[in-house]
Amino acid sequence: MGRRVIFDNKLLPYVLVAPQIAITLIFFFWPAGQAVYQSFLLQDPFGLRQRFVWFDNFRVLVTDPLYLDSAVRTLVFSTSVTALSMGSALLFAVMADRRIRAATAYKTLMIWPYAVAPAVAAALWLFIFHPSIGLLGYALQKAGLAWDYKINGGQAMLLVIVAASWKQVSYNFLFFLAGLQSIQKAVIEAAAIDGAGPGRRFWSIVFPLLSPTTFFLLVVNVVYAFFDTFGVIHALTGGGPGKATETLIYKVYVDGVINLDLGGSSAQSVILMLFVIGVTAIQFRYIERRVHY
Amino acid sequence: MVEARSGAGWIPHLILILGVVIFAFPIYVALMGSTHDAGTIGRGRMPLYPGPHLADNYEQAWVQGSGQRVKAAPVAIMMLNSLVMALVITAGKISISILSGYAVVFFSFPLRMFFFWMIFITLMLPVEVRIIPTFKVVSDLGMINTFSGLTVPLIASATATLLFRQFFLTIPGELVEAAKIDGAGPLRFFKEILVPLSRTNIAALFVILFIYGWNQYLWPLLITTSGRMDTIVIGITKMIGTGDAQTDWNLIMATTMLAMLPPVAIIVLMQRWFVKGLVETEK
Repeated sequence: MGRRVIFDNKLLPYVLVAPQIAITLIFFFWPAGQAVYQSFLLQDPFGLRQRFVWFDNFRVLVTDPLYLDSAVRTLVFSTSVTALSMGSALLFAVMADRRIRAATAYKTLMIWPYAVAPAVAAALWLFIFHPSIGLLGYALQKAGLAWDYKINGGQAMLLVIVAASWKQVSYNFLFFLAGLQSIQKAVIEAAAIDGAGPGRRFWSIVFPLLSPTTFFLLVVNVVYAFFDTFGVIHALTGGGPGKATETLIYKVYVDGVINLDLGGSSAQSVILMLFVIGVTAIQFRYIERRVHY
Repeated sequence: MVEARSGAGWIPHLILILGVVIFAFPIYVALMGSTHDAGTIGRGRMPLYPGPHLADNYEQAWVQGSGQRVKAAPVAIMMLNSLVMALVITAGKISISILSGYAVVFFSFPLRMFFFWMIFITLMLPVEVRIIPTFKVVSDLGMINTFSGLTVPLIASATATLLFRQFFLTIPGELVEAAKIDGAGPLRFFKEILVPLSRTNIAALFVILFIYGWNQYLWPLLITTSGRMDTIVIGITKMIGTGDAQTDWNLIMATTMLAMLPPVAIIVLMQRWFVKGLVETEK
């Protein structure tokens, strides 16, 4: 980075970066450091004293069946959200890409759910699937299904997945459409001349050429499902019924803010930080490789 | 065209229209919900055509917020809170990022790379994973229940800095040289050349960051404890409460519609910059 023509001012650059660096230090590095430090401490139940316990908090966590359950649940949840929102987005994008002139109009009609807050998406779907007043919830009840997401954990999970995916489709749609439109039509036409049908053309040519976009979206969607869906879960189920929709990030909140188990909650935060760092590192390595093509 | 020969040209349209309908369906139901009274909805047979209470519901939500079973601050106040939060976060992120981007690209100073990496690394620490310690820092600084507590911790932004850096690197050196020859100092160059050149980037960032700010959830949930500070998104969750059948769903749905209006309007009206912002900040 950097450039040849620059200003030679000694003090000014420091003044310019100062606000950003100050906020970063106070609200990023200091708390992140605190989280790491806290994760090695054990507080007594009254919060009066704390003891340095090395990796005890982590040891407790990885052997805690509740934590492992939550990890598995998060895996199920994020896999479902990613698959559902990316799958449907890809379908819509492929369809829109075939109709160039209408694509712009469909784009406008498809992108706006991105603007809806996760918690608001939860409110919308709750209103539809409420067991006694919701349009579809009531219909399901009438049809003889015991639909009540407040009692049935599986149904609660399903509802959270639907609400979280609904909001994410538009993001994936935009990137898939951009990816599709950057593929040279000549390649596809050549395949058509060689006698490849639409399905064959998609799976042997379009899909592989789209793989950088797909991989990028995979990472973004997993991170979205892990962290940004807190609002959906908090507004829709509150982690319940029981712990049926308590994902890892929701557990950090419950243990830290409600149960006030600072050491345990910090250890969970540290694990999540390592996860994000790992995912980001993989993403950057991949992007770098792509540049070398 | 390859597609012209595959006869079933209407199938893509059918699938897309189906998709659009699925997208719009929850909004339509919410809109209808906001036009009936609580009793009609509570009986579980809400019709899918508009009811007669549209104006009443929106007025009650906007002015009072509370109904018979729902307690909340007036929507007008919650909308204002959200607006202030979103605008402060957006303006803050854009201004500190353009400054730091300017510093790392146009100046050479010791620690430059160190600072750059320091900003870069914050990409990897979303607020959700460090909530409790960040909350503690903010509470130690006495910023609970204040707008500064609500906004300042969210202002640091690696993405915006990276975007400006990328854009600044494309500005030809001749332009800087010419400005220097004409006697413009670094501040003058920044104000009269760099900022005007960055207009489209700023617009793109504005759309993305405004939505980011408006839709914040976990952070306001922790930082605000008084009802008067509630943002509209938090307000909706509080209104829903345990989600009983017999509550003022008409008001909740009116509030939901109002909460969606500003960010959706911005995306639709500023679509071009929105797409640019999304694509460029994610590079």
